[in-house]
Amino acid sequence: MMREKFINELNKLNTDLINMGSMCEEAISAVYSQIKSGVFDQEVYNRTDELEKATDTKEKQIESACLKLIFSQQPVASDLRLISAVLKMVSDLERIADQTFDIADLFKEFQNPLLIKETALKDMCKVVSTMVRDSVDSFVKKDTELAEEVLERDQKVNECFTEVKKEVVKFITDSDGEGESIVDILMIAKYLERIGDHSTNIAESVIFAVNG
Amino acid sequence: MEKCFEVRDLNLFYGEKQALKDINLDIYKNNVTALIGPSGCGKSTFLRCLDRMNDLVEGCKVVGQITKDGIDVNSDKQDVVDLRTKVGMVFQKPNPFPMSIFDNIAYGPRCQGLKDKKKLEEIVIKSLKDVALYDEVKDRLRDSAMGLSGGQQQRLCIARCIAMAPEVILMDEPTSALDPISTSKIEDLVLELKKDYTIVIVTHNMQQAARISDYTAFFLLGEMVEIDKTDVIFSKPSDQRTENYITGRFG
Repeated sequence: MMREKFINELNKLNTDLINMGSMCEEAISAVYSQIKSGVFDQEVYNRTDELEKATDTKEKQIESACLKLIFSQQPVASDLRLISAVLKMVSDLERIADQTFDIADLFKEFQNPLLIKETALKDMCKVVSTMVRDSVDSFVKKDTELAEEVLERDQKVNECFTEVKKEVVKFITDSDGEGESIVDILMIAKYLERIGDHSTNIAESVIFAVNG
Repeated sequence: MEKCFEVRDLNLFYGEKQALKDINLDIYKNNVTALIGPSGCGKSTFLRCLDRMNDLVEGCKVVGQITKDGIDVNSDKQDVVDLRTKVGMVFQKPNPFPMSIFDNIAYGPRCQGLKDKKKLEEIVIKSLKDVALYDEVKDRLRDSAMGLSGGQQQRLCIARCIAMAPEVILMDEPTSALDPISTSKIEDLVLELKKDYTIVIVTHNMQQAARISDYTAFFLLGEMVEIDKTDVIFSKPSDQRTENYITGRFG
């Protein structure tokens, strides 16, 4: 086997990206449990904060490793596609961790978190967390069929978003002083919708890395 | 795109040993075609088929067709001197003749019978300008070419080739003996020259093939595994053997 060092560094890049993906999976899963219960949990808040910072560091580290591989090894074909896909995926993963923390942060300030339980946010978060998990899994297994499934699920997220919007309008109409919580619900929905989009991007990067 | 060479079912034997197996490919006019592959894969042998340089190798037998302008280059109809005038060659090691810079370039046209001094001077200056060497040597055209640097000597050899007004320039690893700056000058030159000439280049430097060629053909063990647009070969080759070679997994 030639270029053993290069292959080892590519394998390390692979492992680093999988680790970063696991951090995002953990963060979104923690936020989902909170949305399901409708009760603020300080531990979830602290953990998503830690994970958000850790993914920032990881993003810089992986980007720097990619650039080094490009200038030192001048990769081509599947190696080049993998590195280019990883460069795109780290940005998406960093955004996912960031937006997941934003949700946890909004939850902290919620005046009436139980209101969330009356909305489609729970369903939306469930789908989004599976999208994050499966987009990362599709990268781990280089499974383009699973990546295609993630792309299909984005439609469901968009439908949930429209539903939450309708619910928010209804809340506002019936509102008796809970305006801020209602707006926060919409913001959470928007963050979830964006996380769904980032998962879709990751799945597309996986398909590009594998199939070109 | 107009074809310059059409190669069909080309097989080549050195005595009992088969060096090329069933090669089929087209080379397009005003394009740069790079031939890549591990040492001994047949790419230089193939290059030498295009101007019949293999005729000089004892025991070499060529079967199949290489058509240029509707004539099989290996047929009796093909005048070999005419073929080698139209198809020039530049080698790995710069090989200037031990004579002046001027005479190196004027050598070919003189051999063809050109005696008009003014005309010869025009050809020499134009050829040197075409390879971006004129400004560097204009004050010492009568000095020996052996005093030039390696990179300058290689550009001189390209100028000598151009002086014969060829249609095709074959290059066999033209930069492997040169430093990075000279290499970069030759690469820029190739991109410039393809406007007027068809270029076929053998290279071991895959980044060079990626930088300067329009088409890349991958040779392995005497077979041509794959030819495609260079962008495709280096981003998504069709054959796993090409992928393994260009990504450095064997070779």
